Amino acid sequence: MTAEEIYNLLKDNFGEAILEMVSNVPTEPIISVEPLQINLISQFLRDSNELQFDNLMNLSGVDDNNAEKTTNEDGSVSSNGGTLSVYYHLDSLNLKHKFTLKVSTKRDKPEVESVVNIWHSADWHEREAYDMFGIIFLNHPDLTRILMPYDWEGFPLRKDYENPEFYDGMRIPY
Amino acid sequence: MGLLDKEFNDSNIVVAKMEDVMNWARLSSLWQLSFGLACCAIEMMAASASNYDFDRFGVMPRPTPRQADVIIISGTVTLKMATRIKRLYEQMPDPKYIISMGSCANTGGPYWEHGYHVLKGIDRIIPVDVYVPGCPPRPEALFEGLLKLQEKIRTETIRTKTKKIA
Repeated sequence: MTAEEIYNLLKDNFGEAILEMVSNVPTEPIISVEPLQINLISQFLRDSNELQFDNLMNLSGVDDNNAEKTTNEDGSVSSNGGTLSVYYHLDSLNLKHKFTLKVSTKRDKPEVESVVNIWHSADWHEREAYDMFGIIFLNHPDLTRILMPYDWEGFPLRKDYENPEFYDGMRIPY
Repeated sequence: MGLLDKEFNDSNIVVAKMEDVMNWARLSSLWQLSFGLACCAIEMMAASASNYDFDRFGVMPRPTPRQADVIIISGTVTLKMATRIKRLYEQMPDPKYIISMGSCANTGGPYWEHGYHVLKGIDRIIPVDVYVPGCPPRPEALFEGLLKLQEKIRTETIRTKTKKIA
């Protein structure tokens, strides 16, 4: 199936929850959907006979870098609004078609439904996206940090992240 | 005349300073903690394998800190790992030695500026005896570091652990 056909099929089944499709990208076309519908949509993508997306190749968090930045009087920069996104790279081993699914969520309250119950490979990927960007995956069985220490503060790959001075008594800057 | 040519035919007595004998024993059998971190660890393993043969210097890997004399910090030390390394070091019995291998362990290496998760030099948490530069250092460079460490141990006295060497 082409991405166009997948898009139309999803639109027929989920209507408003399917937002848009971007196809003029060097990768597979990207279909954006609602973050709180992703579990239902994923279930459909995996189980539908025409789609059979049985393989989640990759899942990654992204900071879209679209927050409003204001410089405070003391020189520090604070950012308001903006979005964090999660990309799902899907593949069907049987039907040999693939496309990219995307959800965007507010940076102030970044909540996305987990897809661990559909693709188990999402487990650690979602933990990584949580670790690096602070995206909350609802219904994830064990949403803890995977790379950074458990007591680490902040989410290092967010665009407004500032390196801490100390961790556990060790100075961090060079 | 000498000792070696007589083998065990005569009874032999060697008179030597206590320090010399102890230092000789220590530097000739430096057991390293078998512990690797990153790409430097691959070079360290190559140094242990038969082509380079670390064992000819008396270095062999011990999988427990309780029986190790030297720890080679071979690779990038993340902050999360740094706390573990400190504990391993504290579990080693005295006298214990540290070789810092490669740019990452020495100064943070390529992560010096943007590595929010990297300790910028292992000497910030434990005292280093020998620094080996390189990214990663070849086994020959690690041998140079080991020979430097042996030279250092050779000059130890009971009063001071290490004297400055040129």
